[in-house]
Amino acid sequence: MSTPASFLTDEMREQAIGTESQPVTIVVEKGAIVNFAQAIGDANPIFNDEILARKSQSGTLIGPPTFLRSIRAVQPEIPFEMPFERLLDAGSDWDYFEPVRVGDQITAVGRIIDISERSGRIGLMIFIKTLITYSNQFNEVAANQTNTLIRY
Amino acid sequence: MTVQVYWEDVAEGMKLPSLVKNVTTRQLVQYAGASGDFYEIHYDKDFAQETGLSGVIVHGALKSAFLGQLMTDWAGPLGALKRLSCQYRGMDYPNQPITAKGTVTRKYQEGEQYLVDCTIWLENPEGESTTPGTATVMLPSRIANAK
Repeated sequence: MSTPASFLTDEMREQAIGTESQPVTIVVEKGAIVNFAQAIGDANPIFNDEILARKSQSGTLIGPPTFLRSIRAVQPEIPFEMPFERLLDAGSDWDYFEPVRVGDQITAVGRIIDISERSGRIGLMIFIKTLITYSNQFNEVAANQTNTLIRY
Repeated sequence: MTVQVYWEDVAEGMKLPSLVKNVTTRQLVQYAGASGDFYEIHYDKDFAQETGLSGVIVHGALKSAFLGQLMTDWAGPLGALKRLSCQYRGMDYPNQPITAKGTVTRKYQEGEQYLVDCTIWLENPEGESTTPGTATVMLPSRIANAK
């Protein structure tokens, strides 16, 4: 497959940056936290054991640090055609402010904060940086996640 | 049970206890279900090879979860993770050990918070870092508790 030498224009970058996703809201269920902790192989009682978690600092079961990924925040839509079918996750930066507790109502909104391109071994790659804000029912930001996706 | 680490016990340059993970393809499916990430490169070998990979690969997000566990295990029940950052530079494959490691780079106080910065990474069996990152934890302080 041949890819163009360059794809993004300044105009496209301006169009894309600031684009927001539809918000996604979920209620954090106990089963979802325990399933997630088991799937990552983390046996920490604060993520697994309701009774022990009750005696912990947070007073209840909380989600492991990357649990919020399971909310499946919607990626903001790129406002132009992207002729790249493949996808790679390049990394994430998380800032944590409040624990995510069982029963919390979490709303996730994503916003494109940067888009750039680079040529590499696998051809032309488009780097899309999205800031996802996860807020709880008290309008507190529980966490911010900056995620970088590569389309190629 | 792990022993609670206090801020006063920490020194810059100190190594964190390593965490070894051996991901099976079964765990990749389990993680796909729990996270909702059903991208086929993580469980369909033919699909993965068609995209140019040698086989199915471990989800980047699962790798960041291992680094999260490295930090929450170390910070203990009285500590808290404040920041977790990593880049997926190299692929990791199932059925081989992945080791999460870390080193303390900075110890400091910010207001009432006793903080520690660490360099963290995942190592493949060849000893190469596939997933470099950084993390910040807040730890309990014996001095602050005694006041």
